[in-house]
Amino acid sequence: MTLSTDQVRHVARLARLAVDDTDVPNIAQKLNGVMELLDTMQALDTQGIEPLTNPLDRTQILRPDEVTEVDQRAHLMANAPAQKDGLFLVPKVID
Amino acid sequence: MSLSTQTLKSQLQALSSKSVSSVELVQEQITRAKALNADNNAFISFNADGAIEQAKQADQARADGSTQPLLGAPIAHKDLFCTQGQVTTCGSKILQNFVAPYNATVVENLTQAGAISIGKTNMDEFAMGSSNENSAFGAVKNPWDLDRVPGGSSGGSAAAVAAGMVAAATATDTGGSIRQPAAFTGTSGIKPTYGRCSRYGMIAYASSLDQAGPIAQTAEDLAIMLGAMASHDPKDSTSATEGTEDFTRDLGRSVEGLRIGLPRQFFTEQLDDAVASTTHQALAELEKRGAVLVDIDLANIDLSLPAYYVIAPAEASANLSRFDGVRFGYRCENPKDLNDLYERSRSEGFGEEVKRRILVGTYALSASFFDAYYVKAQQIRRLIKNDFVAAFEQVDLIAGPTTPTPAFKLGEKTDDPSDMYLQDVYTISANLAGIPGLSIPAGQVAGMPVGLQLLGNYFDEARMLGVAHQFQQITDWHSRRPEVSL
Amino acid sequence: MMWETVIGLEIHTQLATESKIFSGSSTEFGQSPNTQANAVDLGLPGILPVPNQKAFEYAAMFGMAIGATINQRSTFDRKNYFYPDLPKGYQTTQLFHPIVEHGQVEIRIDDTVRTIGVTRAHLEEDAGKSLHEDFDGMTGIDLNRAGTPLIEIVSEPDMRSAKEAVAYLKKIHAIVRYLGICDGNMAEGSFRCDANVSVRIKGTEAFGNRVEVKNINSFKFVEKAINHEVERQIERIEDGGTVVQETRLYDPDRDETRSMRSKEEANDYRYFPCPDLLPVELSDEFLAQVRERLPELPEAKAKRLIEQFGITDYDAAVVTSDRALAEYFERAAEHSGSGKLAANWVLGAVSQWLNDSDSNIEACPVSAERLGDLIQRISDDTLNSKGAKAVWEAMLTSDASVDELIESLGLKQVTDTGAIEAVVEQVMADNAGQVEAYRAAEPDKQGKMVGFFVGQVMKASGGKANPQAVNQILRSKLGG
Repeated sequence: MTLSTDQVRHVARLARLAVDDTDVPNIAQKLNGVMELLDTMQALDTQGIEPLTNPLDRTQILRPDEVTEVDQRAHLMANAPAQKDGLFLVPKVID
Repeated sequence: MSLSTQTLKSQLQALSSKSVSSVELVQEQITRAKALNADNNAFISFNADGAIEQAKQADQARADGSTQPLLGAPIAHKDLFCTQGQVTTCGSKILQNFVAPYNATVVENLTQAGAISIGKTNMDEFAMGSSNENSAFGAVKNPWDLDRVPGGSSGGSAAAVAAGMVAAATATDTGGSIRQPAAFTGTSGIKPTYGRCSRYGMIAYASSLDQAGPIAQTAEDLAIMLGAMASHDPKDSTSATEGTEDFTRDLGRSVEGLRIGLPRQFFTEQLDDAVASTTHQALAELEKRGAVLVDIDLANIDLSLPAYYVIAPAEASANLSRFDGVRFGYRCENPKDLNDLYERSRSEGFGEEVKRRILVGTYALSASFFDAYYVKAQQIRRLIKNDFVAAFEQVDLIAGPTTPTPAFKLGEKTDDPSDMYLQDVYTISANLAGIPGLSIPAGQVAGMPVGLQLLGNYFDEARMLGVAHQFQQITDWHSRRPEVSL
Repeated sequence: MMWETVIGLEIHTQLATESKIFSGSSTEFGQSPNTQANAVDLGLPGILPVPNQKAFEYAAMFGMAIGATINQRSTFDRKNYFYPDLPKGYQTTQLFHPIVEHGQVEIRIDDTVRTIGVTRAHLEEDAGKSLHEDFDGMTGIDLNRAGTPLIEIVSEPDMRSAKEAVAYLKKIHAIVRYLGICDGNMAEGSFRCDANVSVRIKGTEAFGNRVEVKNINSFKFVEKAINHEVERQIERIEDGGTVVQETRLYDPDRDETRSMRSKEEANDYRYFPCPDLLPVELSDEFLAQVRERLPELPEAKAKRLIEQFGITDYDAAVVTSDRALAEYFERAAEHSGSGKLAANWVLGAVSQWLNDSDSNIEACPVSAERLGDLIQRISDDTLNSKGAKAVWEAMLTSDASVDELIESLGLKQVTDTGAIEAVVEQVMADNAGQVEAYRAAEPDKQGKMVGFFVGQVMKASGGKANPQAVNQILRSKLGG
């Protein structure tokens, strides 16, 4: 499958990546080169094969319900680009 | 010969016999690494003061009778492992000022074993790349030929070991990122079984494929490093309960009667002729020592490349959503609204290849294409795993080339992503199936190193390292070092 | 034209675990911002989720309570979207293989019982909160709530009126409270509801375009919001328009819904299996243990209370609507030895207090045991009903015992026949004319006339005389 320039814009929007209109054809061309490689999969019939999502074919270990963390706000928020009164700040969100 | 260019094993012996102090060794190593870094750019940052301080404590601990296995030994960490209180960039502008608030479990384990990190090694941004040209901190150059790439994404760790900047370094392998740079730089590297090392504190590229492992000069050094790195970690749900073990236990074991499978699909026209003959010569050495070479089929392995380039970008597209300029990392200047904050922070913070893979992954996961790409790729993954499981019923190990060619020139493949992706054609299947794989120096083509890849059954690293060590007892490719000028 | 409303509810139930679903942070409500958000909850780089066993236990309990299938193998998926209260840029949820599927509950409206299907109940993590007060012209993000375990309970589109939706919501609320898996606090957001609402012409099969109404977080608003939305949709269609499939936010202040533009675009969530988590397998032993700990549920409790205390179906249904209320009733009934009186009191004075104080039974100043004491004093004729009411009022503000209050209020009922006889004789002497008239009257008239004397005697006794005794003595003395 090949991506149209509109699809490139749509996917970029979903991924929250700004793309410059002048770059879109070039991005599309390179993506379509990759898609050509990916489409070689379509030759194989995989009907009925159980997908393998994690190679460690095991089951999940569960943790007991215990509070193990203490407040580390100052430490963990030290990298925040903008904060005030213990809150992360972002441009005004309108629902 | 200076101790700083010796193997980890030799350095540990020197430290334990007190013929050198940790402070002396660490100092010498840092001096050498800093001098060489100007040429090869293998390090993103150094931890000189911290390392010297730790070396002092290591010397004191030794005086007090400590027997930690790596006590006082200088190593380096790929800059993808979080190191508490130090900048951890993952090769990206988006994390250029990120000071990790915690240690990765692998880092913690090595620290507990007494190792001292002298710095963080360069890498392809978010481990996406096969040439180390995708780093926000500049490309790494191959110490064997500074016009050539060291491979990627752990190119910094591989180049650092090759140039004797450090005896051993941590690395990660999602599709070949340990083995391919090891092959290109004449070093040894192992990607263990998925789940052998904890991924906690390793900045994720593709969660179901990422695995930590060491790069060093020899298989024996790999065994020592891996023993300290591996653990079952309650903080990583996908770390295996097997934990660690004595990976040196089979080093002395003979290869007599060892059945080595050679997949027909690894020896086709896309393999460089000189690399092919080097690989066959290396295998002949093992055959001479009694190993039995068996042709095998891995019927679906040709589809590992497209399957990988669906699965890895799909997982990455979600894993990299947290880099949004809100809680940490790069934020664009003067965002006009929330959307602008997201789009510009991410576009300005990520490099081209990272953005490309996010777009591919986002597309492959979108509702209309999910079955055709993502599900299909995971089905192929199951078939590839089944092929390996069946193969290991016939043979003890699988061997072949690590890469189709030796190291290529800087800039040679940057314009064609698909051509670059072909670099991973022999390494990727191990990540998809989760089996261990290693690469050791097997010869040279036109002065550039060539790697031999060994693939083993699940949790069979000790046996693989034993075979690699036996090979290194009968060849000296691993001890050849590039000429570097200080 | 006859319209039919079709409603399905999605209920987000916060599980009452100590720690979060994927991290060891506390889930306590109301703490200082971001003090309960660790590296997992903040989505910091390299950090991985580790699931909390209790969340699975609670989800399984819910599944058992609604007769659902518990999938012994369930998996987690990522739902991708960008929002500042969603730190990782994806929510970890269960789309493909949820833990609970195919359950049902019964709701009762007046005398009609209806079965509402529960499609699924899946585990997922809650998001944080955006605080829209002004912080230097910006929005503040608090991630304390991020990672709180939720089960999202998705119903079939089986409800046909706002009343049914409320009854269903109340039923689910009662179940999770009975199970103790959720505190049910709607004001704090522990129990939240979105409604999918559509309308169609009665008798047709096809569903109309559905609108998801968000932010309806009280029982009262559910009914109002749905009714409002139904009216809006019908009006629109009757005006020749069509209903747009969209998400609308309910505004309780204006009692209207409005379109949420922010949720409109980019609704491709790109779900895929979470590679950081392995499939969860719940063993037979685990589920058997959970089943053993399952408390008695509303229907079973109602049935037992009817048998044990002889109360009516209606009374049993009302007292079991809330687990704490049912337990209160049961203690009062046991303590007093009279189930019928206890039911009358719980449905009467106690419910009145709950309504007036807008509070819950745990906060009632009169314990079940004290109510039991009061009922005992009614049963043993120490108090008549008027006196009992006065004692109840006093108990609401006093810690004194029932007997102390009866004493201090002077409400002890006079049952001493000698004393009553004396009062009766005095009243007859004071009203000789009426006595004559009574005696002269036909027997069928006398019944009415005795009321006058009872009133006079009660008045003379200060309301304390036992009315039955007064009646008996009067009839015998008047009969002369």
